[in-house]
Amino acid sequence: MSGHTDMVLVDENGMRIDGRTEEQHRPIKIEAGVLSNADGSAYVEIGKNKVLAAVYGPRECHPRHLQNPTKAIVQCKYNMQAFSVSDRKRPGPDRRSIEISKIISEALERVVLTELYPRASIDVYIEILQANAGTRCAGLTAASVALADAGIPMRDIVPAIAAGKADGHVLLDLNKEEDNYGQADVPIAIMPSTDEIVLLQMDGNMTREEFDHAIELAVNACHEVHDLQVDALKRRYSKPAQEGSE
Amino acid sequence: MSNEIMSEIKRDHIMNLLADGKRQDGRGITDVREIKVETNCIESADGSARVKLGKTEVIAGVKIIPGTPFGDTPNIGVLTTGAELIPMAHPTFESGPPGEDAIELARVVDRGIRESGMVDVEKLCIVPGEEVWMCFVDIYALDYDGNLFDAANLAAVCALKSAIIPAEQYGKGENTPLPVTCTPISVTEVKVGNTLIVDPDYDEEQISSARPTVTTDDVGNFRAMQKGGRGSITLDELSLCLDRAVEIGAESRKIIG
Repeated sequence: MSGHTDMVLVDENGMRIDGRTEEQHRPIKIEAGVLSNADGSAYVEIGKNKVLAAVYGPRECHPRHLQNPTKAIVQCKYNMQAFSVSDRKRPGPDRRSIEISKIISEALERVVLTELYPRASIDVYIEILQANAGTRCAGLTAASVALADAGIPMRDIVPAIAAGKADGHVLLDLNKEEDNYGQADVPIAIMPSTDEIVLLQMDGNMTREEFDHAIELAVNACHEVHDLQVDALKRRYSKPAQEGSE
Repeated sequence: MSNEIMSEIKRDHIMNLLADGKRQDGRGITDVREIKVETNCIESADGSARVKLGKTEVIAGVKIIPGTPFGDTPNIGVLTTGAELIPMAHPTFESGPPGEDAIELARVVDRGIRESGMVDVEKLCIVPGEEVWMCFVDIYALDYDGNLFDAANLAAVCALKSAIIPAEQYGKGENTPLPVTCTPISVTEVKVGNTLIVDPDYDEEQISSARPTVTTDDVGNFRAMQKGGRGSITLDELSLCLDRAVEIGAESRKIIG
């Protein structure tokens, strides 16, 4: 949001550097059930982002003092792998990843039927294998599929995507260059059945009109992402049973 | 912030009041508590402010020291915001390194200041590529009765506005005021039941679900947002938050001058 470039991010025809229009998201690939140990898992690619999510639980809550006698808690850990960005990222949690983990946990707690599992913890691990702007949205999109894959009862499957602003244009799903040199970034996640917002952040500079437009783009795109999430789960569970398999 | 159990009778009392558009302390749903600001209260800091927002109290101090710029921004000063929820401020706060609540608080305040361009970091260059002023804002909660986000934002902004670059101390020329361009103001609301209330106190926060914060600049553009808390907000509720953030932000900006 702070960098400067002479690069033209949106040309006079409204075309972006990766050939997309203002209202197009990057290609999205979602796969459910990709790991064997985890109770549920998912792999998501959004453009050059590559993200894995795994779910363990409901299981005993550690640390114990976080236990809630009336419901389960959702504990998400978002982690960027050392080689996921151009400079090596120092391993371990930093302030950014702690904040992202917190808001993703809170977003997921809104949809998981936590009241079914008093004192338990539902642990969600998001690993960013490759980052190219929009990893928190890709991570949350993957985490929701992993929760469904783990068979955890939910009110909805949460999709997430960002909208933003670059070269003065409101754009859907910013790529790295647009994120670095643009003027605003608005990641959001919704419950598709009601359009309620479960995750919202914003930084940059936007007028009310620009912001309203960004939200409209992102909410519409969230519905597309949601269709892909459902599709991934259907592919996972509509496989014909093979002989000798479990 | 904390996780204490509240009696049902108190919860019901607050909910019943809200159903009539009232609150425990007599405020209306969009009323902000009284704001009191004392600036330059710490002589050892280069800028400071102690802010009371009702019974919530926060202190922020600024330290400005020469340092090496980041490699990708060789001519631009450095701005860092930190926050600590110290045990003195509330029985549920624990000592030790900042936890996720303190980190979120600091990062939301930081985003408002950074994205609004409040501090003109390009003017903080001493020797291009070699030396720049590094500006550290540290925020401590002293007394917690809800809405640390807005109290911390006010304290940080007032401290920065009062800050002087201590150039003489380091033999870098004359002392000058920190170059400040605007006044970012955050407005935080919480959702209790289906009502969004501005500037929540501790009890209101305890029974709330979603917690949207919206930061605006002097012309009413949006500079930072964060939806905290476990609940959700509808698109209509978001729209209401945006309207209120512009309106209340302008009022608060007048109060702190």
